Amino acid sequence: MTDALYLASAVAFIVGLKQLGTPRTARVGNRIAAAGMLAATVITLVAEDIVNWTTVVAGLVVGAIIGAWFAVRVQMTAMPQMVAAFNGFGGIASALVAAVAVIEADLGSIAAETSVSILVSLVIGAITFTGSFIALGKLQGVLPGRPLLFPGQQVVNGLLVAGLLGVAIWGGVSGAAAGYWAASGAALAIGALAVVPIGGADMPVVISLLNSFSGLAAAAAGFAIESNELIIGGALVGAAGLILTVQMTEAMNRSLANVLFAGFGSGGGGEGGAATMSDRPVNRATADDVAIALGYADSVMIVPGYGLAVAQAQHAVRELADALEERGVTLHYAIHPVAGRMPGHMNVLLAEADTPYELLLDLDHADPMFPQTDVVLILGANDVVNPAARDDPSSSIYGMPILNVDRAARVIVVKRSLSPGFAGIDNPLFYDDKTLMFFADAKGALEDTLAALKQL
Amino acid sequence: MSPFMVGVTVFVLAAFVGLEVISKVPPTLHTPLMSGANAISGITIIGAITAAGLSDGTTAQVLGFVAVVTATINVVGGFLVTDRMLEMFKSRSDRKRPSE
Repeated sequence: MTDALYLASAVAFIVGLKQLGTPRTARVGNRIAAAGMLAATVITLVAEDIVNWTTVVAGLVVGAIIGAWFAVRVQMTAMPQMVAAFNGFGGIASALVAAVAVIEADLGSIAAETSVSILVSLVIGAITFTGSFIALGKLQGVLPGRPLLFPGQQVVNGLLVAGLLGVAIWGGVSGAAAGYWAASGAALAIGALAVVPIGGADMPVVISLLNSFSGLAAAAAGFAIESNELIIGGALVGAAGLILTVQMTEAMNRSLANVLFAGFGSGGGGEGGAATMSDRPVNRATADDVAIALGYADSVMIVPGYGLAVAQAQHAVRELADALEERGVTLHYAIHPVAGRMPGHMNVLLAEADTPYELLLDLDHADPMFPQTDVVLILGANDVVNPAARDDPSSSIYGMPILNVDRAARVIVVKRSLSPGFAGIDNPLFYDDKTLMFFADAKGALEDTLAALKQL
Repeated sequence: MSPFMVGVTVFVLAAFVGLEVISKVPPTLHTPLMSGANAISGITIIGAITAAGLSDGTTAQVLGFVAVVTATINVVGGFLVTDRMLEMFKSRSDRKRPSE
C-alpha cells in the first residue's frame, strides 16, 4: 500500500513537470507536483516507525517557515539568487541524509553499492551546497562577478580531486568513517573553488548545472537508503537540469568544459582596452530623441538585458509599451536565451509587469523580424546583441548566436556607460551610424521617454 | 534483481522520462521550470525525515534535524516561489479579462 502511494506521488511529479511545459497549464502542474510532495511526506511520516517525532516536526515547521518567508519576500529580480539558495539547501539536505547513514550503518559490513551510494550523495550534495552559495554571492554582488583566478589554481583543484578520490576509496574499502568525512570536506572545497573562477555572464549555466546536481544528490541518497521515490524524483531533476544546461551552452556556442574551466571574461587588457575603445565617437541621444524615434515608428522591438533587471525597470518598460501601442506601434520583445542571470529570467520580470507572453519572442522567432523592424530598443543588454559574435573571428564570443539587432533600421541602446558587458569585450554596435546611445539608468530613461512621448 | 539493480533501472528509466518530458519547453518557462524542478529535488525530505526520525544518537539527530530543515526550505520555498512566478504569466486575453 505504501509503495503504491509513493508511486502515485512519483507520477504526480512527472505529470507536474509535463504541465510546467506550457504557460497555460504551468501553474496547475506546479501544484500537482507540490501535492505529490505533500503526499510523499505524509506517507513517510505515517509509514515509518518514527521515534523522534519532536525532532521531525520541529524541523518541518522551522523549514516551512523559513522557506515560505523567503519565497514570499523575494523580489523577482533576485530570483536567480533564490533558486541558487534553494539548490544549495537541497544539496546539503541530501549530503546530511548520507551523513546520518554513515553514523548509523556498520560501515565495515555494508555492501559495496551502499558505501558508493553514500559517498556519491555526500560528495555531490556537498559540491552543490558550496557551489550554490558561491554562485549566490556572485549574483548578489557580495563576491566579485568577474572570474577569480589565482596562480596554481588548476594544481590545487587537481590535488583536491585526487585527494577526494583517495580518501573516498580508503573509506569505502576499510569502512573508516574518517574517510567519508574527509571526502565530504574535500567536496565542500571543490564546490567553492569550482565556481569562484566562473564569471557572472556564465551564471545561468552554473545555476542550471547545480540544479541538475541537486537532483543527482537526491537520487544518490535514494540509493543509499534504498528509496525508489528519491531515485525517481532525483533522476527527473537531474535530467531537467541537464537539458537546460545543454540548451544554455548551445545558446552561447560554448562547451560545458569551456564554461567551467576557461575563466571567461578575465582576459588581460579588459579595462585598459575598453577605455581606448570608448574614445570613439558615438551618437548620443536624449529622452526627446528616443521618444520621437519610437513614437513615429511602425514597429518596435524591445531587447531586455540584465540592465533592465538591475534597474527594476520592468514596470516602466510596460508603461512605455502601452503608450506606444496606443499610438498604433506594433511591439514585440526579443529575448535571448542567456539574457540576464538565469535562463528565462527576463520572461519572469516582464511577466511580473503583466506583459502578455505572446509578445515575447525567442531568438529563432525574433531574428527574422529585425530587417522589417523600424526601431530596436535595447535595455541594458551587451553581449547578446554584439555583432562581433557574428563578424569578428578574433572575438572571444565569436560564434555565439546573437540577436541581429543591427539589421533593423535604427537601434537605440539604453545603458549607463560604454563599459563592456560581462564577457568583457567592446561592442561595435555602439559606434554604428544608425545607433543612438542613451546613457542613463534603464528605469529613469524609460520614465523620461514616456514623459517626452506624451508631449509629442 | 538486487535492490541496487532495481534502483539503477528506476533511475535510468526516470532520467529518460525526464529528458522526454522537458526537452521541448519554451524559453519563456525556463526559470519557473528550473525552480519547480528544484523543488522536486527536495524529495530528499523523505530521507531526511527517516534519518531524523529513526536515529538514536545525538549527532545523528542533530544532523537529521538540519537535514529536515534544509529539505523543507527547498520544498516549501521552491513550490511557493514557482507558484508566485507562474501567477504572473498571463496571455493577452487573461490580462484584459478582469478590467474590460
